[in-house]
Amino acid sequence: MTPRRPLPAALAAAALVAALLFALPLAGLVARAPWPRLGAELARAEVRDALLLSLRCSLGAALLSLVLGLPLALWLAEGTSRLRALVRVLVTLPMVLPPVVGGVALLLAFGRQGLVGAPLAHAFGGALPFTTAGVVVAEAYVAMPFFVLTLEAGLRALDPRYAQAAASLGARPWRVLRTVTLPLVAPSLVAGLVAAWARALGEFGATITFAGSLRGETRTLPLAVYAALETSPDAAIALSLVLVAVAALVLFLLRRQWFPGGAR
Amino acid sequence: MRLGADLALTRGALDLEACFEVAAGETVALVGPNGAGKTTCLWALAGLLRVDRGRIALGERVLDSGPGGAFVPPEARGVGLVFQDHLLFAHLDARDNVAYGPRSRGVARREARARATQWLARVGLDASLHAARPAQLSGGQAQRVALARALAAEPALLLLDEPLAAVDASARLALRRELRAHLATFAGPRVLVAHDLTDALALADRLLVLEGGRLVQSGTARELVGKPRSRYVADLVGVNCLEGRAHDHHVQVGAAELTVATGLAGDVLITFHPRAVSLYSARPSGSPRNVWRAPVVAVEPLVDRARVELGGALPLVAEVTPASVAELRLAPGVEVWAAVKATELVVSER
Amino acid sequence: MRRLATLLCATLFVGCGPSRPPRAALVFASASLGDAFEELAAEFARAHPGERVEVHAAGTPQLVLQLREGARADLFASADEASMERVVALGRAAEAPRAFATNRLALLVAAGNPEHVRGLSDLARADLRVLLCGPEVPAGRYARAALARADVVARSASDEPSVRAVVSKVALGEADVGVAYVTDARPELGLVELGAAENVVARYTLAVLDGGDAPATAADFRDFVVSERGREVLARHRFGGAP
Repeated sequence: MTPRRPLPAALAAAALVAALLFALPLAGLVARAPWPRLGAELARAEVRDALLLSLRCSLGAALLSLVLGLPLALWLAEGTSRLRALVRVLVTLPMVLPPVVGGVALLLAFGRQGLVGAPLAHAFGGALPFTTAGVVVAEAYVAMPFFVLTLEAGLRALDPRYAQAAASLGARPWRVLRTVTLPLVAPSLVAGLVAAWARALGEFGATITFAGSLRGETRTLPLAVYAALETSPDAAIALSLVLVAVAALVLFLLRRQWFPGGAR
Repeated sequence: MRLGADLALTRGALDLEACFEVAAGETVALVGPNGAGKTTCLWALAGLLRVDRGRIALGERVLDSGPGGAFVPPEARGVGLVFQDHLLFAHLDARDNVAYGPRSRGVARREARARATQWLARVGLDASLHAARPAQLSGGQAQRVALARALAAEPALLLLDEPLAAVDASARLALRRELRAHLATFAGPRVLVAHDLTDALALADRLLVLEGGRLVQSGTARELVGKPRSRYVADLVGVNCLEGRAHDHHVQVGAAELTVATGLAGDVLITFHPRAVSLYSARPSGSPRNVWRAPVVAVEPLVDRARVELGGALPLVAEVTPASVAELRLAPGVEVWAAVKATELVVSER
Repeated sequence: MRRLATLLCATLFVGCGPSRPPRAALVFASASLGDAFEELAAEFARAHPGERVEVHAAGTPQLVLQLREGARADLFASADEASMERVVALGRAAEAPRAFATNRLALLVAAGNPEHVRGLSDLARADLRVLLCGPEVPAGRYARAALARADVVARSASDEPSVRAVVSKVALGEADVGVAYVTDARPELGLVELGAAENVVARYTLAVLDGGDAPATAADFRDFVVSERGREVLARHRFGGAP
């Protein structure tokens, strides 16, 4: 490899500014953290409630993404329908939209008076908003695109002849999927699942709009941070640190999948 | 069990139409230039593509009879498929790759593994490599595993897509011989796609030549060499092939005219071996009727002879001894006299 | 290099440059004041040519947080005294807060009151989905005080971050009853007033802030709000007069 020349000074300075833009908020959080009382802050009942609820809901959203997103990714990657381009745009939309808009849209669809929510509420006597299930749906709405698009990319990169080889050996489509396709795209599947889970864990806007904020039922970690921000900033900072720690851990574990070549 | 294929399908720029049969115990090689439809043909046999028209049958069993008709999906066809890049499942070891077929047909894991071990031993994979992942295998070893995997599924028809293409030249000779032996043990029809003529000649009993989606010739190696029916086949087998228009014993080839021993009319192909072309520094006297002047384009020395490429009105190849090369001072740009006896020219109607 | 520097400066200028015309004062107002203050701002601009205010209405805790972290606002109008006291304690108020309006709680229901909600005691009904603001929001604090006094146990489906969120969710039909203010009445919604005995009085205060860009305009606007003209506008929005 040829030795790399250093960046021009002006670019290096701009790069440093950019890096600081990301480093300083984290430093602020660490500097303002109530370290001596951190244990006590995190042991508070509402913190524990929020943490447990967040874990439950984000894992539920990840599971929902897996169960529903997997067929969707397969269809997007291998289907022949002309609708695929349109559906891909629909799937990508929640990644680009402000989550609050997503929350409003979810209300209009699945709320008590919503497009499908009204008949559902009539049939089952309940609606999703303000329920823990609503949190899972809101989180899945925002998080599933990460899973679907990551998995679709993995499936597209997979040589279709592997599945054909398996079929020629007598494997039916389900068995091909289970024993060949999925094991071969396992890295994308795991990366997508963790990305979706991490996004669900950090979800705020769609959740508070669609599911509200009630301790123990719909108040997840980010919502708890928001509620605590003015009244008990220390608790908010402690909760934020938990989220930062989880996110950092996920990034570290997935550095190979997400930064190929850069993870030296 | 006999394979009968009469298939037509369009895929992108390719418009494929081919009709052929392969007997049980016979190996047929599909040869042809890139894009001729060899692999597409193989895929249709495997059920990975449906034919637009026609019929594929294995014995009495109809595998595909076009849209609206019967179609047996690949997993139910009992067709063994060996890919040029093997396509072993990276997440399974060699033995589980081979056991995949039996497992897919409902054989219990233990039994399937036992059969896989037998097959791997039969194709000569060292026992120490049975638990190796595909990434740890050499090209030749992977090729053996791929063959064992296809055979372990006990197919009725064996298809091989350029089976030796991914094997390096040093291992090729031995592997070719080995593959031939393994093919001989398989009782059903065998169809292989070959890019390399040597592979095709070594492995197959009969060659099918596909060009532009059409079957242009079918025959044994000897038949093809003796009477190539297209420029591609001639190039493939190394003979000269000229296209022309015959009237009685004369054939007009471009601006030149050749005298032939057979009297024909219409469009014809003239083929003749490079050895039939003699080269002289001065116009030869005597019997040859076909004598013309031509520039040397290239000289390619072989072990005991040299191939001399000639330009001019009749582009062709001559084979001469190394002594002639020195004597005639053959080099690109040198003008020589070329002569071919009329009796050496094989004329066939197109 | 020079071009890069120019580009950087341009970026910073776009980011920090005045997004309001000079002398426009930035008013932080509790969410319940939003509509009334928009109208006041419009009337103020007509009455004071060359002067302008811009109203930023949001959940009160959010405004207090922004002020704590140094938001350059010129005036703060709070739906409760506790939030104003916090801003005073932060040293952001340039003057003693002045009471300028009162408000009363009311129950927001769907148009026509299909669930026949009469008063606070209905909030204990299990068949109704009730929505309150969180206890950190003034409307939430007032509502909880009223419920405690009336000895009614109500279960809120969610602790909403602002009274506007409560209003919009009742409007969307997601909740049967929302506890908001009488000032939140909407033509498309029903409003159940609470009797004086079970109601609480919300006291609204305002104060010009330190560290704003247009303190003079802010003071003029404060005077306009407490003037006769200002009171008329507030009364039209169903606010009560200052105590």
